[in-house]
Amino acid sequence: MLTNPAIRRYNRRVMLLSLVYAALLFATIYLFVHGSVHGPIAYVAALLPALPLIGIFLVLGRYIVEETDEYLRMLMIRQSLVASGFMLSVMTAWGFLEGFGLVPHIPAYYAAVLWFAGLWIGWGYNIVTMRREA
Amino acid sequence: MKNRLKVLRAERDWSQGDLAERLEVSRQSVNAIETGRYDPSLPLAFKIAELFDLAIEDIFTSPSKEPVT
Repeated sequence: MLTNPAIRRYNRRVMLLSLVYAALLFATIYLFVHGSVHGPIAYVAALLPALPLIGIFLVLGRYIVEETDEYLRMLMIRQSLVASGFMLSVMTAWGFLEGFGLVPHIPAYYAAVLWFAGLWIGWGYNIVTMRREA
Repeated sequence: MKNRLKVLRAERDWSQGDLAERLEVSRQSVNAIETGRYDPSLPLAFKIAELFDLAIEDIFTSPSKEPVT
């Protein structure tokens, strides 16, 4: 299994930030549902769930810096590129469909959701291509 | 890129894990290099060559010198 120190640190950081994200999301929803936040504070509160997700992007960058195994680093970079390409393609296509009134509006944070889904696609792409190149 | 890594490893009775440990890389990396799925960087190629006390071209076959199939 791929369990070198850099991957272990990456997994631990992503898990921690995911828990923080869930906690902040529920807390923010609670605050808004109960009308507890107004004015400038509402902007700060609404941004709170975004922070751990941005943190996960930074953690991925940190992993690429910390990974000393060039092959594993290449796989992660490729995985991230596939994720970015997938997210940009879907969001661009959706934007045009939405612009012509064919599909409903979706919040911009779906870009992050699609990117995380794209990481799984990238993982699969790595497995398929590395097997084919053998 | 074709290479003699598997043969050199077998001559020393090393597993992929043994070689990975000596090179300070993952076993997956050794496997990918050995099977030609990944071409190592120049520093890693030098490290491999130095470990076996050989020149890089004694381990890796230049793609331009590979027979056309």
